[in-house]
Amino acid sequence: MKTNTNFTIWLKSHSTPFLLSIPLLILALIAQLIGDTLIIRIATVLFINLILVLGLQVFMGNSGILSFAHLGFMGIGAYASVLFSMTPEAKAATLPDLYPFLRPIHLPFIPSILIGALIAALVAAIVGYALMRLSDAAAVITLFALLVIIHTVLVHWSIITNGPRTLFGVDNYTHLWNSVAFGILVIFIAYFFKEFPVGLKLRASRDDRYAAASIGINIVQVRWYGFILSAFLAGFAGGLWAHFITSFSPYAFYLSETFGILAMLVIGGTGGVSGAVLGTVVITLAREGLRGIENYININHLLPTTLVGFTEVLLSIVLIAILIFRPSGILGSREIALAEKQQAFDEPQSKPHLPSNPSQGD
Amino acid sequence: MFTVDFFINAITLGSLCALIALGLVIVYGILKLVNFAYGELIMIAGYTIYLINQSIHMPWLAMAGLAVLVAMLTSYLTELVAFRPVRTKSLNAMLITSFAVSTLLQNGALLIISPRARAVPLPKLFSESIRLFGSDIPWRNILTIVTSLLLLAILTLLLKRTVLGIALRAAADNFTMTRMLGVPANLVISTAFVISGLMAGVVSIFWIGRTASVTPTIGGSPLLIAFVATVIGGMNSLVGAVVGGYVYGLIFSILGVMLPQSLLDYREAFMFLVVILILLFRPEGLIRGSGSGERVG
Repeated sequence: MKTNTNFTIWLKSHSTPFLLSIPLLILALIAQLIGDTLIIRIATVLFINLILVLGLQVFMGNSGILSFAHLGFMGIGAYASVLFSMTPEAKAATLPDLYPFLRPIHLPFIPSILIGALIAALVAAIVGYALMRLSDAAAVITLFALLVIIHTVLVHWSIITNGPRTLFGVDNYTHLWNSVAFGILVIFIAYFFKEFPVGLKLRASRDDRYAAASIGINIVQVRWYGFILSAFLAGFAGGLWAHFITSFSPYAFYLSETFGILAMLVIGGTGGVSGAVLGTVVITLAREGLRGIENYININHLLPTTLVGFTEVLLSIVLIAILIFRPSGILGSREIALAEKQQAFDEPQSKPHLPSNPSQGD
Repeated sequence: MFTVDFFINAITLGSLCALIALGLVIVYGILKLVNFAYGELIMIAGYTIYLINQSIHMPWLAMAGLAVLVAMLTSYLTELVAFRPVRTKSLNAMLITSFAVSTLLQNGALLIISPRARAVPLPKLFSESIRLFGSDIPWRNILTIVTSLLLLAILTLLLKRTVLGIALRAAADNFTMTRMLGVPANLVISTAFVISGLMAGVVSIFWIGRTASVTPTIGGSPLLIAFVATVIGGMNSLVGAVVGGYVYGLIFSILGVMLPQSLLDYREAFMFLVVILILLFRPEGLIRGSGSGERVG
């Protein structure tokens, strides 16, 4: 990047994450000022969703591969972080059969969720390298299979997950302002991943697999990096969410939640960080609002039957409509920015990257 | 261990899986669309029987027939309303659309009917069994096997002998060429969805025959089976789907007998591990199809 020399020019050409953070900060501030518990909870969920959706954008937006496994990594992050943050007493109560070496471990909040995220990233790194060779429908089915496998393991590994039952006794560490801080940090991470050479190569492989391979991009490798970062962010969001909700079961990390997160990203626009942020804000607020209405109707018995699934029905109709009329989402791959982005890579790159096996992208 | 019972059960499951897989592959072959909403067609057929039974009295066979028709109609309507407009867009757009249609139908059932299981009437024959080869074989299993074989035979005839069938197979091989030769794309794709609905409807009757009830999420497991079976058999081949279905039935039954109790819970995970390994090392599956892998644009 030749603009590195002058900070203001650099700032101008990378204004997106700053511009995205400001309205989010204002949103959080408004929630804080209103002070209503429910509104603060919704704002917190919004920032956790933001990390999750940006994590998905990192892989799916840049590589073009639809990933169903994302919520699986969130689940890994949630369960793994909880194992480190819970007090030995709470563990004895909720997970009586836990492996002895895990029982005495008791770490503070941040290290716990970082370890959880690292474990999710590790799982992604181990299983991911081979999977990254696949594209299109085959990739979608394998990642779907991965979600089913992770889900099956979470449901049946009772010793550390309490099985299909709810895991309780998690301490509430996540509040509005630490999720705001992490959410904004992740905006920067997702944005700069996309702008850095690795993200650029990944996007090149998305746009034309063969052309990218022919100029020496190791597609499997760049996809792998994206997948690991994506899983790390999903795991991190999982850890945050676990310490927010404090009791959960493996069913929180399966298809219905996958649908919600996917809807946020696709409606906002898969190709860019701005789209992911916009989609998360709009859909989280709409979803929570609709759920509120749903609950209000059910509690006050305004209808002869209880209303279930109303939110999802509306959300899926909106999603289908968006896919029909604006398949790249509201914002597409455009980013909100001060100045139109200049061609950043018009000079030849200093070191050509020559992988040994350029054709493995298929 | 491998008794007559075991084989009858494996073949029953296999027949059912063959139909499930075929219904998915017939659409995939042409559109390259993995239809997530396929499982919901099974659910809709089940609810049709439940709703008819609630309102009017009619013979069971008529209810079952109507249920299959409703599944076919729903399949056609999803194609018309949701899939046709996104057909020319990206593969991801199509896949997400099918995921959204699936969520829509599932939550529609939650909203309109109930999250709780609803009882579905079954004919008496389904709960009776017959003594064959020295063991009691449920009639339900025999009916499943016979119906599946019959349906497969009819479908084979249809695909081999009729103009529409030949056009359908040609479209799966090379859609662009087929269109250039004057075969209307919409007709072929709609037919594929209708056949897919037919499979789902028939599967639904036997699938629901196992529990005699229907829930909004009943389509989940058949969909997962369809994924595994089509990948095993080969995603570009109709014969592969049938073979994959039977292989699935066999592997699943063998795992059920061989796996120790502690690992039995993870049987589903093992099946999907097989999927991942096949896609990595033998992506064409057991039967290599002649499909070009191109997408309809």
